[in-house]
Amino acid sequence: MAEIGRLTRAVAPRPWMMPVMLLRVVIVLAVLLIWQFLSASGWFYRGVVPSLPTIAGALAKLLSGGDLYWNLWVTIDEIAIGLAIGGLSGLVAGLVIGGNKFIAAAFEPYLYYLGPTPKIIFFPVMIMWFGVGAGSKIAMGAVSCFFPIALNVAAGMRQIDQVLIRVGTSFRANPWQMATKIYLPAMRPAVINGLRLGLGVALIGTLLAETKLSNRGIGAMVMQAYAAFDMPRMYAILIVLFALAIGVNALVARFGGLDAIERK
Amino acid sequence: MSAVALTARRWLPPFVGFGSLVLALAVVEGLIRLGAINRFIVPLPSEVIASFARVIVEEDILHRFLLTAWECLASGILLTVFGVAIGALFHRLRLLRLACETWVAAMASAPLVLAYPLFLVLFGRSALTIIMLAFLSGLPPVILKTIEGLSATRRVLINVGRSFNLTPAQQFYKILLPSALPTIFVGIRLGLIFALINVVGVEFLINFGGLGQLINELAERYDLPAMYAAICFVIFVSVVFFVTTERAERWLRSAG
Repeated sequence: MAEIGRLTRAVAPRPWMMPVMLLRVVIVLAVLLIWQFLSASGWFYRGVVPSLPTIAGALAKLLSGGDLYWNLWVTIDEIAIGLAIGGLSGLVAGLVIGGNKFIAAAFEPYLYYLGPTPKIIFFPVMIMWFGVGAGSKIAMGAVSCFFPIALNVAAGMRQIDQVLIRVGTSFRANPWQMATKIYLPAMRPAVINGLRLGLGVALIGTLLAETKLSNRGIGAMVMQAYAAFDMPRMYAILIVLFALAIGVNALVARFGGLDAIERK
Repeated sequence: MSAVALTARRWLPPFVGFGSLVLALAVVEGLIRLGAINRFIVPLPSEVIASFARVIVEEDILHRFLLTAWECLASGILLTVFGVAIGALFHRLRLLRLACETWVAAMASAPLVLAYPLFLVLFGRSALTIIMLAFLSGLPPVILKTIEGLSATRRVLINVGRSFNLTPAQQFYKILLPSALPTIFVGIRLGLIFALINVVGVEFLINFGGLGQLINELAERYDLPAMYAAICFVIFVSVVFFVTTERAERWLRSAG
């Protein structure tokens, strides 16, 4: 029955979609028209609001050159290593805190209240500890993503249905089997959500660190465009950056099964 | 269980947590004094504690704190006014909501703060750049939570309003808004937290304004103990802000 419902939902036409799509197109066109008008109005300093063809040209030039991909690779590399370090330590901390009430009562408040502090203020400390190169950017990514991942894993660990744990115990599952067959599958939504949040803040932490002190990476590219007052290029880099960030966030949510979980 | 045992059980975990923190600082102090950690990279914790008074007196921290607080307040007012208004508009016009809600959610996941060089060009190296960035970064949760709160208003309350022949404006101010207020406040609280993070972050990055600029200046002066003290002060301010808004949210929820 559920299958039929799903199929019907997938095939059935959705009459409300048509006006929605139409409205979206109208809004996008209106925004583009307003932008073009502002660009030609002369109300801003010359070049601050470039015309749409100029931005499109800069975007095409950016995407066709090798500069973007090399810097993008540097940034992805830093974010990936930061996420791996911060994610793994967050996972371990979350498992320890989530699995022990005493440790949770002793240390979780520190994680909970340190989580929403602005992490970029730790950048001077990271520079002192890990140098001006990639190390300090990786550390910023790791510090940024540690808190949401640890807190989500701890919350996920506490939300595991006790029945599942008792089933595992009654089947005499060993610790490895308990972890892989019971704990991790039951915690998947919380872990994926933590990873999604962690990825977002790791990306911001790493890129902000690059804008502050670096000569490579996407953050440094933005600052180079700013220093040269190359506004079309800056807009083009920001468009690519936002598209990538939003896309990666949606991909993690979809492939992590968050969409399906939220719909249930 | 006796009262003493209950009290011990209640206070032991926080005591262990705080004790561990003090112990970790003592270990770091010892390692630095032994030369195992370079004191030109990590200052002595005792020096950091001693420099608090210097930072408060010499660096005019009250003035800086007020500047940061003013920027947060300005962005908070902006994101409350615009966020609630846009959310209410989306709730009223269903088609507009269906068309734009996904975009607002996407905006929430976009790293808007990275556009700060663009804002520097548009608004100059001023408080306006910081306020506008904080406002835009905190806007999506306010819009989304306003829609959520207004949409969750109980049907019976709306029907009561209709039976009293309330005008749409009266329906909004007397029924919808009071009912949605706790949820809207959750959004405002999230927005304010994002705003504070962005205000301090951008102050640090563009070396302008209050507490964020102080950390940057102290780092550039290579005054490590004072820099660590300033970082601790910012963490303290963030935690106080977080706890206060959390308490306010709980109070509002229980009152609602």
